[in-house]
Amino acid sequence: MPGDLAAQAVSALATVSPEPGAPKPDPILVADGVNRHFGGLVAVDVTHVEFQKGAITALIGPNGAGKSTFFNLLSGFDKADGGTWVYAGTAVTNTAPHKLARRGMVRTFQLTKSLSRLTVMDNMLLGAGGQKGEVMIASVLPFLWSAQEKKNRERAMVLLERFNLAAKADDFAGSLSGGQRKLLEMARALMLEPSLIMLDEPMAGVNPALKQSLLDHIRDIREEGTTVVFVEHDMDMVRDVSDWVVVMAQGKVIAEGRPDVVMRDQRVIDAYLGAHHDQQLTKSGESLTEGTSS
Amino acid sequence: MDLGFVLTQSITQAIGVTAIIYLLATMGLNIQFGYTGLLNFGQIAFVAIGAYAIGVFMIQWQQNPWPSWMPWQTLVPNLWVAILYALLLSVILALILGIPTLRLRADYLAIVTIATGEIIRLAFKSTDPLGGSQGINGKMGQDFYDLNPFPQQDRFDFGPLTYTRADLWVVICGWVVIGLLLLLTWALMRSPWGRVLKGIREDEDAVRSLGKNTYLRKMQALILGGLFGALSGIFWAIAKQSVQPDSMVPAFTFFCYTILILGGAARVMGPVLGAIIFWFLLVFVEQFLLLLIDNGTITFLVPTQVGPIRFILVGLGLMLLMIYRPQGILGDKKELALDAR
Repeated sequence: MPGDLAAQAVSALATVSPEPGAPKPDPILVADGVNRHFGGLVAVDVTHVEFQKGAITALIGPNGAGKSTFFNLLSGFDKADGGTWVYAGTAVTNTAPHKLARRGMVRTFQLTKSLSRLTVMDNMLLGAGGQKGEVMIASVLPFLWSAQEKKNRERAMVLLERFNLAAKADDFAGSLSGGQRKLLEMARALMLEPSLIMLDEPMAGVNPALKQSLLDHIRDIREEGTTVVFVEHDMDMVRDVSDWVVVMAQGKVIAEGRPDVVMRDQRVIDAYLGAHHDQQLTKSGESLTEGTSS
Repeated sequence: MDLGFVLTQSITQAIGVTAIIYLLATMGLNIQFGYTGLLNFGQIAFVAIGAYAIGVFMIQWQQNPWPSWMPWQTLVPNLWVAILYALLLSVILALILGIPTLRLRADYLAIVTIATGEIIRLAFKSTDPLGGSQGINGKMGQDFYDLNPFPQQDRFDFGPLTYTRADLWVVICGWVVIGLLLLLTWALMRSPWGRVLKGIREDEDAVRSLGKNTYLRKMQALILGGLFGALSGIFWAIAKQSVQPDSMVPAFTFFCYTILILGGAARVMGPVLGAIIFWFLLVFVEQFLLLLIDNGTITFLVPTQVGPIRFILVGLGLMLLMIYRPQGILGDKKELALDAR
């Protein structure tokens, strides 16, 4: 059953017209004319796009559409050749990633970046913001930071319980399975108490059982007031969890709208989904060989 | 010459002046490479800066044709001020190395540091006011030796170990400094600051995405490790009262890496164990071979061949260690189970 914030997001987006660059009632992130070239290749060329606050927005598109590059630009991990973007009312064009993170805009990575030779707990603690003990001089004076550290540890433990990683707290993060690493990365990002979390392919390489729990976590994150933007190829997940879908192809935003609307859009079907995207690969009773030989 | 003599020699060297010099430099590398993952292949540059600062300030400035209008002696009235300058210079060197390279990928720092080490050695070697190819010799550590509290006597015996008055003072002070720096390393690395460094070693981008200024932390680690290196050089100049450009070779840094990996990187006590074992083995193999040649057991070697052969044998031993215990002596077996790299 959808929570309050989910209902709010749905109603807020109900009046938005499903066309590329549509203005949203309460955008948290607005990008204008953002482009990035690699030699002659235009990787990203987004005229205008807005991400609604409190919503779960999916960014989809074929491989090489520029989704991850767009993510990298917005989160400061790559420098744009042109354009501006505004986060929560402040211009943050080409701002360093650590400064964005401190303002509450946190991202995860497509290839999970768990810190292998740190324990799960240390991974979590690294996520906490504003730590006094991270200043070099203060670090040798534990009385300055031990109380804060204790609080962070308690908060980390609560998050680990929620993500089913509590039993692993003292193990090296490198000993976790691929799916657990995805969970850890998400939990670690939440230590920062972000207002916008950007997930780059959170479902990649995750087994079906864990997918369901990841989806629930994403819904929970939104219910706590965090805006979620994610890149994903798993259409079931996009249909299931997102309030709004932005479609990119060849560096441009070609369509956006509510999931059910976007999936029927002819441009999206042509560019990405293909005509049979909602059908099973093989019909029941039909063998695989027959399907491929025809 | 007997086995007792061989062992005594080995132990003396394992905790002696040379081991201390290498240990101090390696402790700096441990902060840079072991904890932060910075590939500094020019630790010798910091050692050279430290050693040469003492030599130049304490000897060259007093003798050679430096412009006489500068009040050299007022600028550096004694050894303690010279040490401060030496440390300051190593911070400047770290900034020069770090500002352009720490924003780039890790391997760039490796290239730049190894080149810097050679540039510094060759610059000192070819500049006569800085000692030239002769290096600097003289009583540069006199202020330190004047503080020696031990009674005037020729030798001090500790069981089989024998020290001169000056050596005893040098070695004890060296180990006290090492003890304090180990304490500092331990305090830093158990703190949230140390956690950020270890995070940078594992994946810098992940740490940046969590709101940490990794550039600043890498610079701090480079400077701190450089200061340890400079202390090694300062100790070198004081203990040996001689600074030679031809000792400041890249191999110094590679021995430091050997010591670090032997003892266990990212372990506070790793470099200590590594340095002691490394110097013990090196001297033991040398002295033991000499003993065997001396009493006729080995006839196919002459004493001059022992120097190179000991490196071959110790190298072989280290290769075996890397195969069977790649995490080093103090390393954590659990880390090996990870596909960390």
